[in-house]
This record gives sequence, structure tokens and C-alpha cells, in this order.
Amino acid sequence: MIPSPAAIRAATDWLAARARWHPLEVLFWIAAFAAIYLLPGRHLIMTEVAWLGLFALSLDLILGYAGIISLGHAAFFGIGAYAAALLAKHEIIGEPVLALLCAGALAAVVGFLTSFLVLRGSDLTRLMVTLGVALLLREVANRNGWLTGGADGLQGVTIDPVLGHFRFDMFGHTGYTYSLIVLFVLFVLARRIVNSPFGLSLLSVKSNPLRAAAIGISVDKRLIAIYTIAAFYAGIAGGLLAQTSAFASLEVFSFDRSADLLLVLILGGTGWLYGGVIGAVIFKFMQDYLSSLTPQYWPFWIGLVLVVIVLVGRERIGTWSEPLRRWVGTVEKSVTRRRSAPEHGG
Amino acid sequence: MLTILFDGIAYGMLLFVLASGLAVTLGLMNFVNLAHGSFAMAGGYVTVALVNSLGVPFFLSLPLAFLVSGLLGLLFERTLYVHVYRKSHLDQVLFTIGLVFMSVAAVDYVMGSSQVFVRIPRELQGQFSVFGVGIGRYRLLIIIICGLLTAVLQYILARTRFGSRLRAAVDDGRVARGLGIDVNRIFALTFAVGSGLAGLGGALGVEILGLDPAFPLKIMIYVLIVVTVGGTSSIIGPFLASLLLGICDVAGKYYAPAVGPFVIYSIMIIVLLWRPQGLFARAASR
Repeated sequence: MIPSPAAIRAATDWLAARARWHPLEVLFWIAAFAAIYLLPGRHLIMTEVAWLGLFALSLDLILGYAGIISLGHAAFFGIGAYAAALLAKHEIIGEPVLALLCAGALAAVVGFLTSFLVLRGSDLTRLMVTLGVALLLREVANRNGWLTGGADGLQGVTIDPVLGHFRFDMFGHTGYTYSLIVLFVLFVLARRIVNSPFGLSLLSVKSNPLRAAAIGISVDKRLIAIYTIAAFYAGIAGGLLAQTSAFASLEVFSFDRSADLLLVLILGGTGWLYGGVIGAVIFKFMQDYLSSLTPQYWPFWIGLVLVVIVLVGRERIGTWSEPLRRWVGTVEKSVTRRRSAPEHGG
Repeated sequence: MLTILFDGIAYGMLLFVLASGLAVTLGLMNFVNLAHGSFAMAGGYVTVALVNSLGVPFFLSLPLAFLVSGLLGLLFERTLYVHVYRKSHLDQVLFTIGLVFMSVAAVDYVMGSSQVFVRIPRELQGQFSVFGVGIGRYRLLIIIICGLLTAVLQYILARTRFGSRLRAAVDDGRVARGLGIDVNRIFALTFAVGSGLAGLGGALGVEILGLDPAFPLKIMIYVLIVVTVGGTSSIIGPFLASLLLGICDVAGKYYAPAVGPFVIYSIMIIVLLWRPQGLFARAASR
């Protein structure tokens, strides 16, 4: 049966309404760009916020929208970081933007290849497989010291000026502007993706894969697609880290990084794209503050935050953003519907 | 060659003791406890403190490590874990990762970040040879203790009244409650024993694995591999898986040091793809 023109118009109108930019969102990005001029002293940490936010955004794409729990998302981050650093070090592609795209593409290829591993199995199997992939890549980087510098990290990387004009400086001015623009562009892209019919179908896969398959959504293909896209995003985030710090080490693959990332995303709330970015802001400034109090022991406080969040209830913590979400309105309907329904295994 | 096999078996047995508690909580209670290694670390540090500082005999320190870790497990189960049983796997992962981070930082603060060692008695040091096979005394001790433990565990789970109650509580908690089984108490006791076993494994493992505050993170991956590869429906599966892992790891480090860990992670991924329920699992029960 072909849907009537009226039904099609209603559907497109609904999609368009979902995708409409809210004034608060515009305000958010104006504030972020205003920081380029207003907070010049904070640019180093804000650069970190930018790539961490992008990284968390990429986890949100698979966790918040497709329901895949990953403990090894650092795998793609690490690939992006090493790719960007190696491209710059050996002057294969000197221009950062192009190199960044290559780093992301490489991560996407690996993401595509490993996406088949997460299609099967329970949450636990997925946890172990994603963790295993990250560990495996870390080991590969560790063993191939001739290429990656092994445990010492990749040193002596010099990054060329962005687009041949804007040289990276030690105060992070160029780094922040560059990272923020990349984040913004990819954010807009992600926003389009999740508000498209494809994004809606992902949400249905997340809530009930069986029923989604029954109404004709090819579950596996959607998961592969979003996993690959998320890997691309994570690769870009890793590339940004490598380019703005001119360094890459084994630590980019570490378990701690994947675990911290979960915290970042949970702080901001899953399933709306701003969660990752806002979580990154909270996390970085919290880390900055805590590590100035107790340099060696700040993981304790991070752990405490995680434990408290779970005990109090993620839903309840997430509600701080609920009014905000409603104003923003993009994911309001699906989110409230999902929150009222019991969650199936994460 | 046979010595490597022997060392591999000893290592595998040790992994089994470390992982057996997790096999029960994860396999039977369906709770993803990434903080299992923290209880093992507690056992290790208890032994180190007792033997090195207070001069308690090594053999006496082992049951004490079991007790302390078990009590710690009971305390945490009653106060914290009990609230998380019914939450989603994501919540459980976040919660237990948080505990791991806290325990790592706390031990770092109290005991210092350097690696510690335990003084084992002289009669356990060195090795003797049987038909040309070098047998380390300490490793022999591990094999004996762990072999006994496995037999006892299997007996308890499969033959005793407690074992059948536990299995009933796991299979269908509501019906078990209806039959008058105190499910909460059984879970608490099981959790405590599992943590105690981890503590015992940690105490035995100080000599072989080394002990520092990052221990829970290091061991977490190995015990998770054991449990996921072995399957979670019986105690025999994880046992075989830990033997396999122990032998592969030792042999891999000896014959092909360049690719050792690589092999293990690859095997794990392949096994999980081939049989997501684990290598030795019976068909999924639910």
C-alpha cells in the first residue's frame, strides 16, 4: 500500500519539527565560539574538552541510540591518534585537516571490520569483545615499537599549520578554534543523522530489536552503519588529541580511557547529543579541580562519582537535563517514552 | 617442555581460584562484577601485611586472607551491591568500575604505589625434579590447594542442599522464595564466599603475579576471559578455560614472547564469536 500524500507530508513535517534548532542550542554554540575571544587563558583545557566531547558524542551514537555497551571505544580513538601523529611525523600528509579525515577514515574501516563482532551475543559478550579489540590494538602498538615508539610514545611529531595558515601555538589558541570547528561540524552532521529516519530506526532497534526486525528494519545493517560512523567520530577525536598535543602514546588505547568515557557520557546523560559535550565540560573541569587537590588520587573521586550516580539512579541524575531536553525538544518524545518503559539490559 | 606445562597448569589453577567467585556471581547471579579483582587485591595485601609486618606464618595467613576478603565482600554486598542487582548491565558496569577506581586509589594511598612481595617459607622455595621434570615447590602447593578447592566447590554446587538451593534461587528467584528459600541470604553468602576465594587467590598469587595497586585492573581482564570463555553455567567450564588460558599464556610467553598476549585476546574473541555462551556451556537456559 502506498501511503497517502497527506500521510507523507505529516511524516516529513514531524521529522522537520524534530530536527528544528532550538534557540538554546544556538545560544550554546554561540557561547562555545565566544570562548575563543572571551577565555583566552583557558584554551588548553577547552581544547581537551572539545575532543573529549567529540569522543563522548561518538559513544553516545552507539550507546544512547543503538544500545551497544562498549568498554573498548578507545580502540578507535587510539587508531585515530596514532594515524594522525604518524601521518604528521613522516610528512605523508602534512595538512592537518586532510590528515584528520584520513585518521577518521582509518578508524571507520577498523570500526566497520569489528562491527561484525558486536552483532551477536549478550551485553557481556559485547563488553568482552570490545574490550578485547582495544587490548589487542594496544598490544599491536606496543609490540611494533619501530612504528609507534612503543611504551615511550611517539615523539618528535610536528604538526603543520592548519590549511597552511594557522600555526599551532603553545597556548592552545589555534588548537581550540580548530577543535571547536571540527566538533561543531561533526555535531551538526550527527544531529542530522539521529533526526533522520535512519536515526529513528536505530532507536527502535535499541528498544526492541526483535520487533524492529519484524516491521522490516534490517537490524544488523543499521548496527554496522552506526558502529562505523561512531568509529569515524572516535578516530577524529583521537586525531584531534594527537594534533593538538603533537604526541601519541599507548595510553590512548587504555582501559581507563574507555571507562572515563562512560563516566563523561553518563554525567551528561545518554541519548541526546549534548550529553557528551556537556559531560566533557563537567568532567574536565572536575578532573582539573580534583587533580589539583590530590594529584595522585583523583581516580578515587572519579570512582566515587560513578558509584554515587548508579546508587542514586542514572534516570534521576539524568533528569537534571530533562527540562533542558524538553526545551531543546529534539529527542523529547522518544526519550520520555523510553524512560517510562523499563530498560532491557542497558 | 613438561616444566612449562606444569607451570602453565599451576598458573591456570591460580586463575581459576581468582575467577571462581566471579563465575558464580556473573554466571549464576547474572551480575557483571568488574570489581572482583579488588577483593583479590585485598586478600593479597592482607597476606603481605600479616607475613611481612606481623610475622604471621604464611600458611596461617592464607585462611585469614580468605576470611578478610569474604567479610569485606559480605559488607559490600549487604550495603552496596544489593541495590544494583536489579539494575541494567550498564549500571552494573559503571558501578563496579567505580569501585575498582576507588580501590586502586585507596590502596595506592594506604600502601604506596610500588610493587610488594611476600616472604614465603623456605621449604616452599626452589624446585625439585621428578623424571627430569623441574617442579617448583610453590607451584605444586598451588596445584594441590586449587585442585582440592575445585573438588569441594563442585561437590557443594552439585551435591549439597545449599548448592541446589543456590541453583534454584538463580533459576527462578520468585518460585524459590515461594518455596521458602531465603534468596537474599543465599546470594549474600555466595557473594561472600566468592570474594573470599578471590582473596585466597590474591594471597597465593602475590608470589607469581606480583602485587601493586593496579592489580584489579590487570587481573580483571584475565578473570573475565576465564568466565566468558568457560561459560557460566557450571564450575567445570571456567576450570577448563583457566587451565587452557594458563597453559597458553605460559607457553606463549616462553615460545613466542612477541605475540603472547596477542594470542590470548585473539582466542578469546574467536571463541566468543563462535560460541557467545562460552566454550563449555550447555545450551542457553534462558
